[in-house]
Amino acid sequence: MAEKVYLGKTISVTDEGYLTDASQWTKEIALEIAKEEGLTLTDKHFAVIDYIRERVLKGEALTIRSIGKSGVIDTKGFYELFPGAPLKKATKIAGVAKPVSCV
Amino acid sequence: MKKIVILGAGTGGTIMANRLFKNLPKKEWEITIIDNDPIHYYQPGFLFIPFGTYKKSDVVKPKAKFLPKGVNFLLKKIDRVDAPNSKVYLESGEEIGYDYLVITTGTHIKPDETPGLNDGLWRKKIFDIYSMDGSLALHEFFKNWEGGTLVSSIAEMPFKCPVAPLEFVFLADAYFTKRGMRDKVKIVYTTPLSGAFTKPKCTLVLGDLLKEKNIEVVTDFYVERIDNETQTVHSFDGREVKFDVLSFVPVNMGADYIAKSGLGDDMNYIPTNKHTLQSEKYENVFVLGDTSNIPTSKAGAVVHFASEILTENMLAIFKGEQPTAKFDGHANCFIETGFGKAALIDFNYDVEPLPGVYPMPVIGPMSLLKPTRINHFGKLAFRWIYWNLLLKGRDLPVSTHMSMKGKKNI
Repeated sequence: MAEKVYLGKTISVTDEGYLTDASQWTKEIALEIAKEEGLTLTDKHFAVIDYIRERVLKGEALTIRSIGKSGVIDTKGFYELFPGAPLKKATKIAGVAKPVSCV
Repeated sequence: MKKIVILGAGTGGTIMANRLFKNLPKKEWEITIIDNDPIHYYQPGFLFIPFGTYKKSDVVKPKAKFLPKGVNFLLKKIDRVDAPNSKVYLESGEEIGYDYLVITTGTHIKPDETPGLNDGLWRKKIFDIYSMDGSLALHEFFKNWEGGTLVSSIAEMPFKCPVAPLEFVFLADAYFTKRGMRDKVKIVYTTPLSGAFTKPKCTLVLGDLLKEKNIEVVTDFYVERIDNETQTVHSFDGREVKFDVLSFVPVNMGADYIAKSGLGDDMNYIPTNKHTLQSEKYENVFVLGDTSNIPTSKAGAVVHFASEILTENMLAIFKGEQPTAKFDGHANCFIETGFGKAALIDFNYDVEPLPGVYPMPVIGPMSLLKPTRINHFGKLAFRWIYWNLLLKGRDLPVSTHMSMKGKKNI
């Protein structure tokens, strides 16, 4: 387990930088993580992040497909907001665990 | 009479019918199994058909042959399940009540989910290796092909037998080498993952093998659409991969009736307790294999291990006890690497594939995470084991729970 300091607060994260406790997350921390990923967050980003947090905190599993069909954003738009690996980036910024859809 | 209904007579359903029939008093229990296809396919065999190693007759047998005589086998299509009222409705209009339901209808390819896949080139230059027809059509194509770019692509995770497309490119490398035309064939492997496989240590080993065999790997490639005119696969982030022939793993989803029954998630997989294999929602419904949402590989070996746990738990529940047997997500797959060799991986929910020997410490005789000849013979022998032991629910000489014996932590 690793730790990271965001805005003077010590946050526990996984080796890959995912928050281990979603309740430690704030919008300000999201902005900082996004900076590390080279992203500047807009309201559009936060709409997706809010959706991700809501679903994950309910215990539901996420896939790129389910986000593309959520009505919040389509898959193409999801890639435009979080280029490269959208689900990995978006979950990291949203302060939730890395999705385990990969088995 | 108490009634058990099993939906699906594939690997999981057939094993459960055999195990339950053997373990329950015939006078008290009636077992019915429902499936709309009379043919049982040995699905691991589809992979070998494009290369002429297996032919159709090697991989098909009648389903009825593997079911006990005392089990009712209905060749009917399921319309929906009314789980709150414990009833199954068939398309023919019949309704069947149950005390306990086992859902084991698998996962299926959905070519229509990817724009351009089910279009002009489908089964002409674009093939799947997840159906009899797809594998046979690709075999015909390969026979007369003179070379070009062969692309193997995956639409989306999760899909059935996650090592199959890797094995496909390894076998293609060997096949075209033997035909003396490997220099005329470029092989490209695209995956939505960030590496060759889902688990880190395995990815390292397989990544090296791919490099050694001169197979190009394109990672984080999430397919948006296929352009039939330009013969190009497009990803959502704007990359393009051109092909002369494409072997494609379409989107996989659970059966349609699951959506109609309100039992599944957005991929028609049923939320299932990953340890007890009981439905998360209905106490008298059990889910086995690919159609559940448990976080392990969708593969026959997993179904076989899980069926032992499920049998134990169902028998406990029938006696009014708690289901205490726990499935650990044990998966065990041979990975054909071409030229008469195969690698073997053994893992579960918590432990990723490690090197070592299997199933016995020191002796093996099979090696984990390393291509050997013995592993390849293991894979070929498995077809006999599948038809003669596994489907009939006989115990195999390997443990149900994954064991660390013989494994080396690296």
